[in-house]
Amino acid sequence: MDIFKIIDDFQRIDGDAAGRLEFATRRHFMSKIGSKLATVAVPTVFASIVNKAFAQSAAAVDVLNYALTLEYLEDEFYKAGNAAANLIPASDKAIFTQIGKHETQHVAFLVKALGANAIKKPTFDFKYGGAFGDVFTNYKTFVTVSSALEDTGVRAYKGQATALKADPQILEYALQVHSVEARHAAVVRRLAATVTANPAMKGWITGKEGAVAAIYAGEDNMTQGGVNLKGLASKSDAAVTEAFDEPLTKAAVLAIAGPFIKA
Amino acid sequence: MNRLMKSKNNSGKEEGEISSVLNRRLFLRSAGLATSLGTIVIAAACNDDDPDPMIPGTGDAVELGSGDVGVLNYAYALEQLEAAFYTQVIATPYSGMTDAEKTILTDIRDHEIIHRDFFKAALGDKAIKGLTPNFAAIDFTKRDAVLGAAKLFEDTGVAAYNGAGKLIKDDGYLVLAGKIVSVEARHAAVIRDLINPKSVDFAGDDIINGDGFDKAVAPADILAAVKGYVKDTITGANVGK
Repeated sequence: MDIFKIIDDFQRIDGDAAGRLEFATRRHFMSKIGSKLATVAVPTVFASIVNKAFAQSAAAVDVLNYALTLEYLEDEFYKAGNAAANLIPASDKAIFTQIGKHETQHVAFLVKALGANAIKKPTFDFKYGGAFGDVFTNYKTFVTVSSALEDTGVRAYKGQATALKADPQILEYALQVHSVEARHAAVVRRLAATVTANPAMKGWITGKEGAVAAIYAGEDNMTQGGVNLKGLASKSDAAVTEAFDEPLTKAAVLAIAGPFIKA
Repeated sequence: MNRLMKSKNNSGKEEGEISSVLNRRLFLRSAGLATSLGTIVIAAACNDDDPDPMIPGTGDAVELGSGDVGVLNYAYALEQLEAAFYTQVIATPYSGMTDAEKTILTDIRDHEIIHRDFFKAALGDKAIKGLTPNFAAIDFTKRDAVLGAAKLFEDTGVAAYNGAGKLIKDDGYLVLAGKIVSVEARHAAVIRDLINPKSVDFAGDDIINGDGFDKAVAPADILAAVKGYVKDTITGANVGK
């Protein structure tokens, strides 16, 4: 078995494989070799690490391309919105410029991380088949769609955390993006509350409160870790639901995002 | 002091207790006594039904434990500090706190109390003790000081959960951490927007890097960063291991 040849092959597929392999090797070898495994078993152990690295890579590529699809969607959305004349009032420009900057950075990072595996940028229909026909001419609609995209982004990343468990570094990157999406969501929800005159919409999600109902399905969940938290610390149901954001599966997110994607 | 921070369903009572201690502390500070005579005077001021007062210098050794229990205790420790902080913020509002600010800060207080009590319940008999916070450096009468501290606590919470995610072994706990960290990030953004409204600061370049990433910080570094805000000596070398 030519270990160096195998690592070379990995790198042809995935530039970060060496780093991942090194992590896996350290982690698994330390624990397994430190145990009662005889030295003769080492080649088998190494082979299983190699197989695992391949499997991890495929799973991570899936998740990262899914993230890239959503980041492309957000990036293009803010590029169009920030470029549209007379859409975003001067007072709110800084916020949307900063959000747009982050989405561009997320796209750039994912494209680089995925290398040859990166999907091509889809083409989008931000009018959502006509539902948001004035999205780039009516600020109210723009803010509404923005809040929906950000909250969906938060739910989408959260929903992939466990799928990235075998790739600790990629999981950490995903979490670092996830909380940025949450910062975006909070500030845009507060703008939406003002623009749409809906004081029930706070930076956090009370029950299922949000601009587009389908996106908030399940956000009113009261059960965490298998326990219904009703009445915990004498706090209201509203507070309990606000205190936890809920994930969405890939299927649910793609059902929501689907109408935005033309091809 | 244990009972001050102890998780209870009757949070109103608890808030009252913290508030009475805080009032003593604020009174002492404004009288100019806290630094030189604080220990003695506070001790003398405590009556018999308050057997474990907030005496500077008291505090226990608290070991968070290993594996997922360690991670949960780590989160529980941070949530305890946040809950205690906002409880004091609402008990003794800074001068000029608007109704809108009070609503926001009360919401955040409730979220942190829910997080704290959730972790305590989830940990059961593996939970660390109720910690004794040390907010002596925070002037609760001043808006800038309170919101500045809130920003620090929220940004720290986000970085802590982001850094702890990869240490969690159980899928359920990982998802739970994810459910909480985004709420902390929402808090951070709103607090930052209160400090500098409608600016880029809600996700400012001071905290978000050039890849558009929030911070992710390891437990050892977080524990070192919050050391000054808690009297107990927290160790967590085996968190997640």
